[in-house]
Amino acid sequence: MAVTTASLSTPPDPQPGLIAALDDTARTWLEGSVAEVAAEPAAVRRLFPAVRRRCGHGRLDSYWTVDEAARAVLLTALPLRGQALADEVTRLHRHGDPAEQRAVLRALPLLDLGDLALALVRETLRGNDTTLIEAALGPYAAAHLPDAEYRQAVLKCVFYEIPLDRVTGLGTRADRELARMLADFAHERIVAGRDVPEDILPVVRAFPDVVGGRAELQHALKEEG
Amino acid sequence: MRIFDPHIHMTSRTTDDYEAMYAAGVRAVVEPAFWLGQPRTSPESFYDYFDGLLGWEPYRAAQFGIQHFCTIALNPKEANDPRCLPVLDELDRYLAKDRVVAVGEIGYDSMTPEEDEALARQLQLAIEHELPALVHTPHRDKAAGTRRTLDVVRESGIAPELVVLDHLNELTVGMVLDSGCWAGFSIYPKTKMSEDRMVEILKEHGTGRVLVNSAADWGRSDPLKTRKTADAMLAAGFDDDAVDEVLWRNPVAFYGQSGRLELEEPKPDEEATFRGNSIRRGGA
Ligand SMILES: [Zn+2]
Repeated sequence: MAVTTASLSTPPDPQPGLIAALDDTARTWLEGSVAEVAAEPAAVRRLFPAVRRRCGHGRLDSYWTVDEAARAVLLTALPLRGQALADEVTRLHRHGDPAEQRAVLRALPLLDLGDLALALVRETLRGNDTTLIEAALGPYAAAHLPDAEYRQAVLKCVFYEIPLDRVTGLGTRADRELARMLADFAHERIVAGRDVPEDILPVVRAFPDVVGGRAELQHALKEEG
Repeated sequence: MRIFDPHIHMTSRTTDDYEAMYAAGVRAVVEPAFWLGQPRTSPESFYDYFDGLLGWEPYRAAQFGIQHFCTIALNPKEANDPRCLPVLDELDRYLAKDRVVAVGEIGYDSMTPEEDEALARQLQLAIEHELPALVHTPHRDKAAGTRRTLDVVRESGIAPELVVLDHLNELTVGMVLDSGCWAGFSIYPKTKMSEDRMVEILKEHGTGRVLVNSAADWGRSDPLKTRKTADAMLAAGFDDDAVDEVLWRNPVAFYGQSGRLELEEPKPDEEATFRGNSIRRGGA
């Protein structure tokens, strides 16, 4: 299966909505902070943790909250590239609380990092906090995570009851092997007398041969009505 | 009844405790950074612990309908170990976090010069970060230790209303309230302070500037002592408003001075069980 990054959605530009949403005090603070970070990258270490208290944390659009958007704006202001950028972003993630870590993860697709931030995604996927796992499985993971890890991540979402429509790129990245894994999972659930989550069924249906002769599974896969 | 436990070490407690606390009315807690029984031997152990207080533990608490905040500090016991002292240089980073509502637990354990230094330095950090301070009073030589703590607090220049001295008893409560600091009481199953003695203290000294906590941790302790104290207050003739003052409004007022206590007021009609009462484990 080819990884077609072009078809994966990129997040909306956080800047315009944010400028409209912030009050004068918060906007002035953010603009000053962006200028500080552009002039002296290390200033981000002090400013990044303060964002939520300065700018608020309401929802901005379907992708961003105000704090995550404002933090993304600070990160995009960093005058760093390549490994230096990755080091600074990794440091903010390492020392961040969950809100800061979510912001780093959501901002990854806006930063010119190549594969250098994959370690952050992998660390998050080893954890148990579903809000972080969700944030990690955005456009950056969809574009960069190797197939085997992407499949494991999807399966982990199923176990953690994270709706699969929140996982970016599933439409293009779901392959026969993922369908096989989800079919086996569904079969295991059926045998155990437990419910099968609805949102895995379309992936399995797209690769009908993974069902084999398992009658209960075939039954579960029948479209409703 | 809504209860705020201003001092409890949930990291050491089970999900059964969270369920029982929710059922008893506990809707918010503050978990102070403290020692773990087993001594730490490097600063990195502290950072992972602080990350847990800011990350996993609030997440775990939220699944049981309980809001979790924390305080961050190098505790007095481990301030005596030179291997742990570099933690003091990294505290700025953690004291900047949203859910950190005080510097703590600081204070004295054995009243050594190293503890003097760590206490004074961390009171300055509280001033710089505009945070309250949670100060533990020593279990041995308590009255002398409390007097000495009050001297150090005074010398630091921090406003007394930003300071709570904790684990007080009948002999130390008077001097603490006279100083303008808040008085904290840890209600334990066997030692230190019981709910009935607490009620007597409230009768004598009033309900203002008093915090009641369970200080439950990995030792013999009871995370429902806040509720049991509330029940003892009602049995002794205090009204609902006095109970709400001591077990909710007082901790909200104290930690609210941080400006970071982003608290959702509990709804009075909440059901007895919270929807997400089974912690996600992955292998489910
Ligand atoms: Zn304690």
